[in-house]
Amino acid sequence: MTAMVPTAVGLAIAAVLFCTGLVGVLVRRNIIIILLSIEMMFNACGLAFVFAGSYWLQPDGQVMYFFILTVAAAEVSVGLSLVLQMYRQFGSLDVNTVNRMRG
Amino acid sequence: MTVVFYISAAVAIAAAILTITRANAVHSLLYFICSLLATAVMFFVLGAPFVAALVVIINAGAIMVLFVFVVMMLNIGPQTAEREKTWLRPRAWIGPVLITVLLIIELVYSLAYYQAGETIGEVVEPVDVGIALFGPYLLAVELVSMLLLAGLLGAHHLGRGVLKFGGGR
Amino acid sequence: MLSLLWLVPALPMAGFLILALGGRRLPHRAVSAVAVGSTGLSAAIAILVSATHLRLAPGGGTYSQTLWQWMRVGDFAPSVTLSLDALSLTMMVVVTVVGFLIHVYSIAFMAADEGYGRFFAYMNLFVASMLMLVLADNLLLLYVGWEGVGLCSYLLIGFWYKDRDNVRAALKAFWVTRAGDTAFAIGIFLLFTSLGTLRIQTILEDIAGYPAGAPLCNAAAALLLAGAVAKSAQLPLHVWLPDAMAGPTPVSALIHAATMVTAGVYLIGRMHALFLKAPTVLFVVAIIGAATLLLAAFSAMTQHDLKRILAYSTISQIGYMFLALGVGAWAAALSHFVTHAFFKSALFLGAGVVIQALGGEHDIFRMGGLRRRLPMTFQAFTLAALTLAAVPPLTLTFNSKDLILNQVWLSGRGGIVLWTLGMAGAFLTALYTFRMVFVVFLGPEPMKPVGKPSLWMLVPFAVLSGLGAVIGAPELLNALSGVTGFYHYLNSAMSGPAREFGLRETEWVFQAVYVAVSLIGIALAYYLYELAPALVRSMTATRVGSRLHRMLFVGWGFDWLYRRLIGVPYVRLARLNRGDVVDLLYVAVARISRGVNILLSRTVNGNVRWYVAGVAAGAVIVLGLAVLL
Repeated sequence: MTAMVPTAVGLAIAAVLFCTGLVGVLVRRNIIIILLSIEMMFNACGLAFVFAGSYWLQPDGQVMYFFILTVAAAEVSVGLSLVLQMYRQFGSLDVNTVNRMRG
Repeated sequence: MTVVFYISAAVAIAAAILTITRANAVHSLLYFICSLLATAVMFFVLGAPFVAALVVIINAGAIMVLFVFVVMMLNIGPQTAEREKTWLRPRAWIGPVLITVLLIIELVYSLAYYQAGETIGEVVEPVDVGIALFGPYLLAVELVSMLLLAGLLGAHHLGRGVLKFGGGR
Repeated sequence: MLSLLWLVPALPMAGFLILALGGRRLPHRAVSAVAVGSTGLSAAIAILVSATHLRLAPGGGTYSQTLWQWMRVGDFAPSVTLSLDALSLTMMVVVTVVGFLIHVYSIAFMAADEGYGRFFAYMNLFVASMLMLVLADNLLLLYVGWEGVGLCSYLLIGFWYKDRDNVRAALKAFWVTRAGDTAFAIGIFLLFTSLGTLRIQTILEDIAGYPAGAPLCNAAAALLLAGAVAKSAQLPLHVWLPDAMAGPTPVSALIHAATMVTAGVYLIGRMHALFLKAPTVLFVVAIIGAATLLLAAFSAMTQHDLKRILAYSTISQIGYMFLALGVGAWAAALSHFVTHAFFKSALFLGAGVVIQALGGEHDIFRMGGLRRRLPMTFQAFTLAALTLAAVPPLTLTFNSKDLILNQVWLSGRGGIVLWTLGMAGAFLTALYTFRMVFVVFLGPEPMKPVGKPSLWMLVPFAVLSGLGAVIGAPELLNALSGVTGFYHYLNSAMSGPAREFGLRETEWVFQAVYVAVSLIGIALAYYLYELAPALVRSMTATRVGSRLHRMLFVGWGFDWLYRRLIGVPYVRLARLNRGDVVDLLYVAVARISRGVNILLSRTVNGNVRWYVAGVAAGAVIVLGLAVLL
């Protein structure tokens, strides 16, 4: 027996999770936490897709989540190696120090 | 079962909020893992067992572990928590919270206005997902594997020593 | 024969083109051959064409030769058409003959100048433009010639451009005539918008339908008058002519005595039907003529630069022509133009001989006693001076000036006042002319001339002087036995109000008065400058006398007036506007762009979270729009 959830509520939950991730990106200065917040946003999107897939009773929702997940994995790996580079070049994880592209 | 969905939803949201408000990076990570697990439960309850397993294995089990590795490598722990606290003064929250609240209001409003109906509550078997992946979505699967290859190479190259960045000041 | 008319302006134009392109490389002989040859051929053809025209249409009639269609824009289709009638015939012959003789004179006068080719190129261009002006069938072509002569005047006044003063004089001439040209152009526009055509014949026919004193006629006539006043150096736009004497003497002879300055007279004569429809403007013409002739005559009396005397004399004589035009005596004005062209250019050429002989000396009070050294020059010069002063029997009487004064007397309201002014002018004319003659040629000899003047210079000078003296011959015969001459030919072609003296005897009485006045003037000049020169000096030494002398010397202060009225405020405004207010508009565009750039580049602060915030805010706005709308 699976749950019977109104679509508005389910998607609203995904929206709230997404916005929480957004707040995290905007507020935190530690690059790792920012990446983490981005992961949260990915997750929220995936939730929305899966929810839609279970509404329409099609596998496409889960397939989408599969792809989102893979992209997230690739992105995280490259992102974290860039974080390592940043740490080595600038000596800090503060995202405000990486502002040479200003002006 | 609907109750389980709502409870895990509440847990996911609470864990998410806690993630972004902790000063200690490791705490944030752990709270996020908690949020992910709650999401996995939500998936399972919705009738998507395959992706529920995927969340736990890959999302929580690989990606988060990678984060933990990096945190450990860079030695981010309680010492840096003090510094993080100074960055997390209430004044920094006003703008982002404002924007986000507006966004939530708009999204929820449009959802409530336009969306109607309920999920049926039936399981979508992994078999169907597999057939879909190897059927219509085959090309996408191949492309995503190439993407992973690219990610692999990129991570290998960027993770080496200190790279020289050309140009700049 | 008549179809050769187009060659008359075309030959000097061809000469100009040849000299403009290759004048520097050609030897002086070739240059003078091209220039004098083209002008001479043009003069010969002009005389031939005129003779044919007179034979075929003795009383009048117009011959038109269309060369090509200039342009066709909707209803506006001017063509390059040359039209020959009595008026343009007269002017054409005078311009070409005088031009030819002055070209010959210039061969010797400019022989030592390094700008030889340039000089003749400009002179040819001038003759071509002037011919185009007088032969033009429509106002547009006339304006082209008008502008062409203005350009050549500028180029030739400033011929010796290395001296700043010459350039300033040339610019002054150009600007003052420009003011008139602008008014003239506006007049052309007005005529075109009201009548829809620029063909002169058509305009004059259409104007006949308007009532006298109609606003269109008044406005158009006033604007055309402004152009004529500037070009002919009348009050108040006469200030450029005395300074224009900075150019070489042949230039002063050709342009500023015989031809260009009479373009205004030609214009008013050509458009006389229009002016007849605007009686107020015609009256103004007469007033301007009378005022100018007096003012200029007064000023001429005090000058001591030889050429400036002649310049003021030119202004004064053209004032006579304007006076004649103002009372409707077209033929009288034109015949005065003809005689004036001959004797004034002769006087200028003679002045050139004297100046060159004395090595560039212009001041007459440093000259003297040249009667013995330059006998031929003295004779020709005196002959021309007598023609100017209108003295018989050496210059045959019923002079053009007398014709004018007769017509003025007979013209009715105000005619007597104008006649008196004209008489005063005649007296002064005789006075200053012979002041010049006596001071330069008689008396002691402070400077000795170097060498003998070339025959190339003397012969044209003598020819012009002689022509000026005899051109009035037919009129004398008419008075005695009714033979019709030049004046009657013009009168039949351009009929003005028919005015005749009631009795033949009255005409002789007036003639006697004119002769007497001229003789008294000459006698007074002789007395003041030969017998009692100290008297003049003592008169100018008194307080009133010296002030008066000063004012007359500077031409009644018009230069000072214009500088105060126009020059000084303009310079002040220019200084105020040093930052260029209008430019500010364009600079503002650049400044605003840069300001916006600076503003927007503040958003590129390198802070990643800032960019994400931007994206989020954008999403909020777009979703908000989607929700609201």
